[in-house]
Parts: sequence; C-alpha cells; structure tokens
Amino acid sequence: MDILVCIKRVPDISGQITLDDSGTDIDDSGLGHTTSAHEECAVELAIQTAAATGGKVTVLTLGPAEAVEQLRAAVAVGAHDGILIEAEDPSVFAPEDIAQIIGDVIRDLAEQGQGFDLVLLGNDAADTGDFQVGIRLAYDLGYPVLTGVQALNATGGAGGGSGSSGGSTGASEAGALEARGIGPAGTEIFSLDLPAVIAVQEGGVDPRYPSITGRMKAKRARIAEYVAPEPGTGNPRLGLELPPETASAVTVLGEGPDAAGSLVDVLEEIGVIRS
Amino acid sequence: MTLVFVETDETGQVALTSAEAVTFARTNAAALARMAGSPSEQPSGASATSGGVAQRPEGSSEEGLGVDVAVIGALTDAAGEQLASLGVGRIHHFESADLEAYSAPAWAQALVEIAPETGTVLASGTPRGMELMAHVAVRTGERIAANVVAADDEGLLRQVLGGAAFERLNLDGDLQVLTIAGHACTPEETTPTSPEVLTHSPEVAAEDLRTRVVRTEVEAADDTSGLTQARAVVGAGRGVGSQDGFDEVLELVDHLGGALGVSRVVTGLGWRPHAEQVGQTGSRITPDVYIACGISGAIQHMAGIEGAKTLIAINTDEESTMVQRADYAIIGDLHEVVGAVNEEIRNRRG
Repeated sequence: MDILVCIKRVPDISGQITLDDSGTDIDDSGLGHTTSAHEECAVELAIQTAAATGGKVTVLTLGPAEAVEQLRAAVAVGAHDGILIEAEDPSVFAPEDIAQIIGDVIRDLAEQGQGFDLVLLGNDAADTGDFQVGIRLAYDLGYPVLTGVQALNATGGAGGGSGSSGGSTGASEAGALEARGIGPAGTEIFSLDLPAVIAVQEGGVDPRYPSITGRMKAKRARIAEYVAPEPGTGNPRLGLELPPETASAVTVLGEGPDAAGSLVDVLEEIGVIRS
Repeated sequence: MTLVFVETDETGQVALTSAEAVTFARTNAAALARMAGSPSEQPSGASATSGGVAQRPEGSSEEGLGVDVAVIGALTDAAGEQLASLGVGRIHHFESADLEAYSAPAWAQALVEIAPETGTVLASGTPRGMELMAHVAVRTGERIAANVVAADDEGLLRQVLGGAAFERLNLDGDLQVLTIAGHACTPEETTPTSPEVLTHSPEVAAEDLRTRVVRTEVEAADDTSGLTQARAVVGAGRGVGSQDGFDEVLELVDHLGGALGVSRVVTGLGWRPHAEQVGQTGSRITPDVYIACGISGAIQHMAGIEGAKTLIAINTDEESTMVQRADYAIIGDLHEVVGAVNEEIRNRRG
C-alpha cells in the first residue's frame, strides 16, 4: 500500500511566545520547529502499514524552504521520499486553499504515474487547530474520510498504488482498511474502501526515534519540489492576541514533607478526601 | 438564530460540553446574529415532519428563543428537560435507521438539511463536534472557525497554539460555522422553555454511509470518562522518574476517589497509557482540584487543565510555570511530599 502523509512544520512553543510586528503572527525567529504530534503518529502508522503491505511512504508538506527539515526527519524514521510545496508564508492560506493545493499535487503526481492508496494527515495542526484540511482534501478527491484514527489494519488488496490502475488520482482501486479510533463510548471500528483519507489522532502508536542509518538516508532522500500558487480564498485572520499576563497568586504552603499537613487542610476544605 | 448540535452521553444526558455550547449560543445570541447579518429569528423548519414556527412559551426569555438544537439518535426525556432548562427554542430530532451508527458525512448532511435556514450552526469542540462542523462547512461551501471562545462586535475570537494565543477573525459567508472551545463558558440554566420537538427522518445517500461505525468495543484502557468527570485529578509528569514510580501518586488518587492524569512525556516514555494523558492532544479536564506532581507546565499541558477550579503544584522548581500558575504549591520532591500527604490523610482517618 502506497501512502502519502501530509505533515506541517509548526513552532515548538515550549516557552513564552510573542507576536511579530504585524500582530498577525507569532514571532518564531527564536523558536525551534517541529512536526505536529498527531502527524508524528501519522508517519509512524504509515510506516507500519506500508511495511505490512509491501508499499512505500511519501511525506508532503506545504511550507517554507526550511520545512524540508520536517520531511527529512520523517525519512529518517522510515519514510521513503518527500514532497515540498514551497510557500514562503503559509499563513496566508486558508485550510480550503491548502486542501486544494495538496489535491492538485496528488492529481499531478497521479498523471505522472505516482498514485497513493491512502492519504494520512494529523487530526489537527498544533498551531492552528483547524481540524479540517483532511476533510476538505477528501471531498476534493472524492475519497471517504475518517478522523480520530489511532490504528489501521489492511484487510485486502492495495498491494501498491503506483498508478497501476485507473481512477482520477491513479490510486489502486482495490483494497480495504479496518480503522480504529476512540469514540464517546469506546473504540470505534470502521471499515472503508481505498483510496481514502484518514486523519490520525495521537495515542495509537509511538513515533520512533531515527537511527544513524536513517539520518544518513534522510540526507540523500529525494525531495520533489512544487511551488504553491497565489492564495485563493485567503486567510480570514484579522490578528492575533495573547492572553493578558496575570500576576502569580500562588500561596506556597511550604517546602518538603513538612508542608503535607497544610495541603491536606486545603483538600479537606475543598471536600475531595474520601471518607 | 443559532443551531447547536448536541451530544448526549450513554445515560441519555446532555454532555457537559454540549451544555456549554448551548449556553454560549444563548448568551452570545445578539453578537452571533449581528455577525450572521440578520436579526435573531426562527427558521421555517421546512424539513420537519411537524414543522411550523414555535410559540414562545409563557415566561421564557426572548434571548433563549434564539437557539435551536439538533439531536441525532435517542432523545430521552431527561435530555429534553435539560435542554428546556438551558433555554432552547426548538429541538430538531433526527431519527433514521441509517443514522443509528455514527457516520460523519450522514450526520453532517442531516444538519445541512436545516442549517442554511439559520445564521449560525455550532457544536462543542469535541472530536465529534469538530468533525461534523468541518463536514457541514464543506457541504455548505462555508469557512469554519474552530475553538471559538468569544463573539462580540469585533468578530470572533478563537484559541490557537493550544490556547497560548487567540486569533481574531470574521467569517464572511451566508452561514457561520463554529466550534466552541471546551470551557469557553460555564453551563447556565435560565428560565425554562417548553421546546417544540420537530422530528426529521432524512433520506441518507449510500455514499454518505461509506465511513459508518461497524462496531464499538468498550475497554477499560479506552475509557477517559473517569478522568474527564473526576472531581479530583492527580497529575504526574516526568518528575515521577520511572514506570515504577507511581505508587505514591496512585495512593493519593485512591484517597481522593479521583483519577490519574499524566503529561505527554509520561505517555511518550511508555510509562502510562495515552488514555490518561491530559493536554492539547489528550483529555481536557474540569476537576474541582488538580494536583500537578512533577509537572513543569508546558503550554500543551496547561491547555488541558485550564478548566480546573483549584490548581495545586508539587514541584522542586518554584519558578516553574506550574507553580506560578497554581493557587497553592509545595516546593519539594514529589515522592517525599506525596508520601507525606498520604501518611497525613491516613493519620487523620485514624
């Protein structure tokens, strides 16, 4: 099964953040960058699924030239190659624009004979939290779509979608998947035909660390390049705001075990100690 | 007029997050109506089998009549009473054999049958609410504002970066499609209404059933309800030290009759299952008290505990974010402190 995983370069916000001069974006000049947590799991799920079915994994991102780092990081843990859709400032795109651009690239690759049986994304990006690029992409491609998926099990066919059979995107028409995700009442199991789009939720698999050979492979990996078109619908963002800073109102009950009694007093006052 | 998709739990009660969304819609009715470009008004209910404009119940608030709700599947008397106490105008109840098992496209299409008659359609920012609103947005050709926390004369304000920042935006379509961030408001009862129940039995296209739930398996490991409903949650982070270092923390959980919640690093290290993870990509909790043991307070974790009423930190670093954000703190090693707290509780019990 040949799988495309769409990932996003996001700022690593472990500390205090500030806005840039325009007030419409954060100042990420002093921040590191990473891949969204759900997408790290999507990459791992793709690697496992492709390995089990004899396929390959391609990672794709839309972002600045530096986003090639996230593509090579995915190759270092087991993806085979990457696609960079270069956009100097991806924040000018709305989710519907991004879905359309990715859909266009998938169709272009299909015409070149590189089809995908399955497209994986993260449930939502760590920065924008929109939860919709995958769904919009599925509608654009005419594929079924699931979100919140944590485990996959190929149940038939789809031994590799490299444009071997018809379909508008060149993907293999044969094959089916069982997908599992957490619903309100427990684990929900879905069965769906390929090709399909699936948005992955963290929790089902643990992303692996890159090996030394993986890092070496990543340096040599083929990264196909596209250039993003001008924004279509544009981003409806008017600006960003930071929460007001509030002075700490902490009451320090003490240091070490000697403060235990004070803490139990607080818990008794709240009324949460079981009798 | 705003249409709110309402989720019910396994007992037939309105989910807390949906009660929040209904309250948000009611208390922000005027702003939402202005942004939708129309006065607050009722839809015609053209697809309803028992349509017609609802009579305003005696004693009901005019504000409350600006909110209709959609329920798919079972509608219990208890849920109906809850929705009346939350001040809804009408209940659109969707009943169809094709909608019994969850399928996002089919459920979204049911909402689309009535959503265009409203100015705004919204759901709580749960995974299901997010998924459905995204499908509704695509099917109606609209944009979506996810994780909204406020609506006022300046537009919508929504959480981004896991709640570390807010984005101001305006939706310019014919229908506003929103999801409401968890804990953006507290559910508030109001003057009870007598909502008319309109029953809909939509026909479902086969294509919209391609992703229907085949079956649901209930396993203890999946269950996050204990975490999200607990009055007391004891959080544990990297400071626990190892997979075998949870004994004191778990004893405290037992003393409080609460639940264990862990940081992402703990699940990443494989010490505890993901179902116990609290934060941006885990559960968002609303306990009366959250005791953070050995958790520094990364933004992603803070996003999951912002609904806690009282925050207590046990940490060796008094400058850590968790201590600075806490209501109460003890500076020290969590094993020593939690062990002493457990002993104190045992002693007081005699």
